[in-house]
Amino acid sequence: MAVVRLGHRYRHRPALEDVSFEVGRGELFGLLGPNGGGKTTLLRILATLLVPESGRAEIAGRDVLREPVAVRRRIGVVFQDPGLDPWLTPAENLRHQGHLYGLRGTELAERTARLLDELGVAGRADDLVRTLSGGLRRRVELAKGLLHDPDVLLLDEPTVGLDPGGRREFWRSVGRVRGEREVTVLVTTHLMHEAEACDRVGILDRGRLVALGSPQELESGIRGDVVALETAEPDRLAAAVAERFATEAQVVDGIVRIERLDGAALVPRLAESFPGMIRSITVGRPTLDDVFVQRTGHRLRDGAPGELGNEDEPSDG
Amino acid sequence: MGDALLPAWSLGWREIVRFHRDRARVVSGIATALLFWMLIGFGMRGSFTPAGMPSGVGAVEYLFPGTVVFVVLVTAIVGTFSLIEDRRSGFLQGVIVAPVPRASIVLGKVLGGASIALLQGVVLLPLLGALGIPAGLPGILLGLVALFAMAFTLTCIGFVVAWGMESIQGFHGIVNLLLLPLWFLSGALFPLDGAAGPLKVLMRLDPLAYGLAAFRQALYGRADVAFADPATAWCVTMGFAAATFGAAVLVSRR
Repeated sequence: MAVVRLGHRYRHRPALEDVSFEVGRGELFGLLGPNGGGKTTLLRILATLLVPESGRAEIAGRDVLREPVAVRRRIGVVFQDPGLDPWLTPAENLRHQGHLYGLRGTELAERTARLLDELGVAGRADDLVRTLSGGLRRRVELAKGLLHDPDVLLLDEPTVGLDPGGRREFWRSVGRVRGEREVTVLVTTHLMHEAEACDRVGILDRGRLVALGSPQELESGIRGDVVALETAEPDRLAAAVAERFATEAQVVDGIVRIERLDGAALVPRLAESFPGMIRSITVGRPTLDDVFVQRTGHRLRDGAPGELGNEDEPSDG
Repeated sequence: MGDALLPAWSLGWREIVRFHRDRARVVSGIATALLFWMLIGFGMRGSFTPAGMPSGVGAVEYLFPGTVVFVVLVTAIVGTFSLIEDRRSGFLQGVIVAPVPRASIVLGKVLGGASIALLQGVVLLPLLGALGIPAGLPGILLGLVALFAMAFTLTCIGFVVAWGMESIQGFHGIVNLLLLPLWFLSGALFPLDGAAGPLKVLMRLDPLAYGLAAFRQALYGRADVAFADPATAWCVTMGFAAATFGAAVLVSRR
């Protein structure tokens, strides 16, 4: 799968700018970014639902713009919004899905039974979807997306609205599914730890791809440790730290942030030098969060309330 | 062709299953039908004699076919709510992303909706006997075809309106604007022969008037119970059904 120089705008607001990347066969690729970063726009283009203003994209050797029907046969999509009919049972939802892809009869019945079993939903196959928990529904959606044995599975924020247990179970299901068949998975998420579990990650911020690589590669791009200081006067403290220790100190969302090889050694000296100014000090190995901060200058908020709406859609119609 | 029909069949089947599982819809649908018939029929008993009708056709009897049509039409239109629901819930997105021609999607939704609407009409048909309308089995079957054609047409219209629509309220408004005049002018309440001049012209322009004419003629097995001859009535009815279906397919490609 390849995405080349993709660009798109809603009215005048750019949603994607010059985004290019490739995903290898069988890879689990994560698109990480805040809501409104362009993830859903990109996914909608790959799913043939949106025509980009510039650039092109290819899935399994087929051009998304020129051969949308061929692409549709090769992709399975799980959207952020629930795609199951709550008045039907999981088995009926899957049967209906199969019919849309031209599957029928014994073959369809066998595939349905196998997938529901594989994803641990077999026991509830004949209950109405509306009586199922959010986590179970998501797994049925995964089964639905896999029913026609696609080459590429596109998952748009598949764990939004699930509790941590549901999230873990969903990701276990994805892992199981990938063990059983060769399927390329592209997943969007705004959750750091979900992206950490991917083979490779692309970070999208304000429509631009700001980082691309495996989580380890990206994290090792930051040398040493990350020291974060909580304080009442971040700007003053940052300036003072920079001067005193001849290092760079950034202020990100009210937190003073320092990258140092010897993070731990810095802690006592910081506490000594600025008594009373520092509320807390944390030292950590760099995470994708830090990569995000380094590349964008601001933080990626983990599912802050009010940000879970339907991102990327033009708000003015 | 099988590629296009299987998805359509499946989408239609889904509409019917959903209807069947929603007890409130089944019960309220039947209750509305019966209530409507009683109110209109008995409320207006003897208040007028339909002009231009064969002797012996009283008000209650005259109003009956139009009432059946009304119930069918309302059900057909209300059924297209499901399109807005599907869009909101995200279900529709999953259908659109499948390699299915848009015409199959429209056909499935419309056939499902029209079948449910027809079913509502069928509930009322046993009353034919009580009213003394002399319909035999062939007449009833032909009448059902006419009813289905009207249900199909109205579901297509509902589809066109609902496709781009975000709110159920907006949908309601536009549909009322269309449905009520169409029905009012169709000859459901008063025959064309008794209407004033300008109204006559409008009634002749109402495609639904031809559907109702075909329905009446089928039930009575004679042509003189409606203003148009049967051939015209059927041609206009079927043509209108095809035209609205075409419009729905066009809209769905946007």
